[in-house]
Amino acid sequence: MNLMSLTAVELGKRIKDKEVTVEEAVKAALSQIKAVEDRVHSYVTVDEEGALKRAAEVQRLIDNKQLTGSLAGVPVAIKDNMCTQGMLTTCSSKILGNFKPTYTAQAVLNLEEAGAIMIGKTNMDEFAMGSTTETSAFGATKNPWNTEHVPGGSSGGSCSAVAAQECSFALGSDTGGSIRQPSSFCGVTGIKPTYGTVSRYGLIAYGSSLDQIGPVAKDVTDCASILEAIASYDSKDSTSIKREDYNFTSALVNDVKGMRIGIPRDYFGEGLDAEVKNAVLKAADELKAKGAIVEEFDLSLVEYAIPAYYIIASAEASSNLARFDGVKFGYRTKEFEGLHNMYKKSRSEGFGPEVKRRIMLGSFVLSSGYYDAYYIKALKTKALIKKAFDKAFEKYDVILGPAAPTTAPKLGESLSDPIKMYLGDIYTISVNLAGLPGISVPCGIDSKGLPIGLQLIGDCFKENKIIQTAYTFECTRKYERCDIAKEGDK
Amino acid sequence: MSRQYETVIGLEVHVELATKTKIFCSCSTQFGGAPNTHTCPVCTGMPGSLPVLNKQVVEYAVAVGLATNCKITQNCKFDRKNYFYPDNPQNYQISQLYYPICRNGEIEIETEAGKKTVGIHEIHMEEDAGKLIHDEWEDCSLVDFNRSGVPLIEIVSEPDMRSSEEVIAYLDKLRLIIQYLGASDCKLQEGSMRADVNLSIREVGQKEFGTRTEMKNLNSFKAIKRAIEGERERQIDLLEEGKKVIQETRRWDDNKECSYAMRSKEDAQDYRYFPEPDLVPIVISDEWLNEIKEKQPELRAEKIARYKKEYDIPDYDIDIITGSKKLADIFEATIAICKKPKKVSNWLMVETMRLLKDHNMEAQDISFSPQNLAKLIELTEAGTINSSVAKEVFEVIFKEDIDPDQYVEEKGLKSVNDEGALRTTIEEIVAANPQSVEDYRNGKQKAIGFLVGQTMKAMQGKADPGMINKILKELL
Amino acid sequence: MANIITDETIEYVGILAKLELSEEEKEHAKKDMANMLDYIDMLNELDTEGVEPMSHVFPVHNVFREDIVTNVDDRDNILANAPEKKDGSFQVPKTVE
Ligand SMILES: [Mg+2]
Ligand SMILES: [Zn+2]
Repeated sequence: MNLMSLTAVELGKRIKDKEVTVEEAVKAALSQIKAVEDRVHSYVTVDEEGALKRAAEVQRLIDNKQLTGSLAGVPVAIKDNMCTQGMLTTCSSKILGNFKPTYTAQAVLNLEEAGAIMIGKTNMDEFAMGSTTETSAFGATKNPWNTEHVPGGSSGGSCSAVAAQECSFALGSDTGGSIRQPSSFCGVTGIKPTYGTVSRYGLIAYGSSLDQIGPVAKDVTDCASILEAIASYDSKDSTSIKREDYNFTSALVNDVKGMRIGIPRDYFGEGLDAEVKNAVLKAADELKAKGAIVEEFDLSLVEYAIPAYYIIASAEASSNLARFDGVKFGYRTKEFEGLHNMYKKSRSEGFGPEVKRRIMLGSFVLSSGYYDAYYIKALKTKALIKKAFDKAFEKYDVILGPAAPTTAPKLGESLSDPIKMYLGDIYTISVNLAGLPGISVPCGIDSKGLPIGLQLIGDCFKENKIIQTAYTFECTRKYERCDIAKEGDK
Repeated sequence: MSRQYETVIGLEVHVELATKTKIFCSCSTQFGGAPNTHTCPVCTGMPGSLPVLNKQVVEYAVAVGLATNCKITQNCKFDRKNYFYPDNPQNYQISQLYYPICRNGEIEIETEAGKKTVGIHEIHMEEDAGKLIHDEWEDCSLVDFNRSGVPLIEIVSEPDMRSSEEVIAYLDKLRLIIQYLGASDCKLQEGSMRADVNLSIREVGQKEFGTRTEMKNLNSFKAIKRAIEGERERQIDLLEEGKKVIQETRRWDDNKECSYAMRSKEDAQDYRYFPEPDLVPIVISDEWLNEIKEKQPELRAEKIARYKKEYDIPDYDIDIITGSKKLADIFEATIAICKKPKKVSNWLMVETMRLLKDHNMEAQDISFSPQNLAKLIELTEAGTINSSVAKEVFEVIFKEDIDPDQYVEEKGLKSVNDEGALRTTIEEIVAANPQSVEDYRNGKQKAIGFLVGQTMKAMQGKADPGMINKILKELL
Repeated sequence: MANIITDETIEYVGILAKLELSEEEKEHAKKDMANMLDYIDMLNELDTEGVEPMSHVFPVHNVFREDIVTNVDDRDNILANAPEKKDGSFQVPKTVE
């Protein structure tokens, strides 16, 4: 039995039922990492020793019935932009190459409390800026379905680790699609929750008003269970929201009768790959067959989300990343003349090209004389986009579309043309601007053998609608694994 | 120089609020402490940390706004001000630009030239920076973040002042208001109140303002006065020479009594303000505003009126005592114990004032307790010590806040009330000074003073002068 | 290309962002930024007259802390990652004003 082929919840149940020990589960993950990591490079840091030590502690707690949750003893991988006390947290950047936080992010603490065992930290686009996980200072992650292709990004490491079965589940973060798009490219399921649902305390900020932590896993059941564990009101995060309901697993119901599903025509225009389009529309048909009311509508403003996003995210990033200056932590250049030269050299040597590009753009759009024309204009656009979604959700429970216009591109294809790369986020970005929840679930494989993702978007705080819809769709098909994942079966 | 110039001054006053914790984290604001011992991930800008606003900061800011007749912004927000400097851990300061908490206020000041209203453009909340210590030995600087994140309000005046006298009067008034509110101790030396001076000059009669400069690093009223006069002269000289004043920030060096420009290519003054995404807006409801209004402590005018009604002391005394929150506090606390307003007022008006002057101190620096002053007054009233002993004891109380009961006992300062012993001494003095006795009997009233003095000397000052007089008169 | 980014602009933005670009990077950045701004200018097609700029998506307000000291001395941790430190402080190149 390959323990890593189980979903997180299945594995958790076997551990609880004493069929499997926590140590066995952790060792299964570690052995798969050893077997495939040099081909996929999902991790920045693997903490074998820490994981085994924690496994023994958690086993005791489970034996004492102090830990009874569904994720107790299950191995998890954490995106490397979430602070983990005493463990390297690099954001896949040279500038944080030696950074060991002195505290742990709230979402990770919540998982630890649930008994999940942290195996390591996953690779990402540097500071989450990218859609391919190629901008990592520690080398690109490869798509486990075809290692000549990218896994997507920025949570590419988390998604490839789940797809390659190097962990049972993972945490990612999503600023403009960074959970949903790589989930789609890697054939796994990922949720970007409503803004404010998961604490951002300890998440190294990219675009503060857009960032959200969320689960990446094999299926919807896992994602709902994980979200239930990590979501919490946190008084340390002023943008954290006290929700009435944190019970996401209650939505795991195989039924969409009467569910009103809207398909934005704007999501099916130019640039959308035909195979992706067909797979997504086929998924819509499945849901219709199960009783959902499916219709097309015009969402509007879709193309304006990208420029608005790049202004807002870059502006916030230019400020958020100012603290990386070689004074308090992280990289400091070796030779310099005076303070400002030290700042400039440390930052220029420490940040990669994409990060510099966005910091420059962000500084520019906020600079004197341009603030109104760019930043304020973007905030007004955001208001209009939110309004367009509000209008759509008066009519629909769920909006259905692709997670990305194509399946995973080849390594090295995207970085040469930034705007083309940015366009790849067209279906995911507006969700972050409007603070909405979104889920990506696998809905097919294209002729190249690469997974296709279906995106479901819900109104704010309506995760349960998209979970229920995704779960119902998932019940119509079987979870497909890549060959690298299957290697562990032997 | 034939032209007449007018100085136009506006102030930006930073006041450290008297909260227990910092503005965005639960670190202590206590002054002093070894470097970086009052810090946490938030106030040192660690990756992933987030700010959470201290409610008391908002309440203090609103209280100051109300007391300076401002309009309170009931929907206010924080913004980020971006600039790189090592004392600024995130390399942005969380401040307010677009929706400051208070606007359009005014306070009345009084100088020899008369009364005048100074407008307050706005008051905003922000965080203080850390401290840079320059290491003489190693050619480097050291950063201490203990002050980083201490709450500040910045009070921006309109350019309504025309002289250093008006500036000092404005600062004095502002300080008193804020001290009365308990929102800050406003100590210039310790930096809990800091003023930046915006100054320009124009020819008398000219309508538009001249180009202004901003002067920083002014940490005493004297330095402010000197800096204003220095900068006025510098600008007039420039204009007289046909040169232009450049809009810039200058740093005042009070030792050299001159200022110099803080210009550098690397400090482009482009702060790229934008709304702080990590903090949500503040909505100050009418209810909350009323609550703060009701909690507002008695301010000076109300106190003066109450004193006049409750205490039979001269208006002049009331003016001096209420002129310092500290004095007024001591006054009221002492009365609460010994119930003798007139006596308390006397001690404050005469001896306290004298000692403050001698030691070059301000009322705010007083460290003695009302308890000990009250005890001293009671010792005097009971005749346990005489008034000159009391003055001596008070000096010790002023310096070290000793318990006068214990002190008088230990030092043996009690008046000798044993009439027999006193009579014996006086008899000896009378016998030893026949000339004075003679003079007195011949009508020279003054002579008795000499005899009293001699007796007091013999008694080492511990006798009751009234009793000496009485016995002397009997004997003579 | 409608937007042209000059050498001065790149230099200036570099000062604001504290980034020092090589000549080659500068040329690249000029082109990049101009392209990006051309693309962003698409927003000008959008009529946003009278629209209130939205910085927070949800109308949450008044999130406060009580004024109670709970943090204790954590200096060793705070300094743990400092590239250079001395006497319990972060060490930086001499700053002269
Ligand atoms: Mg300020
Ligand atoms: Zn702190």
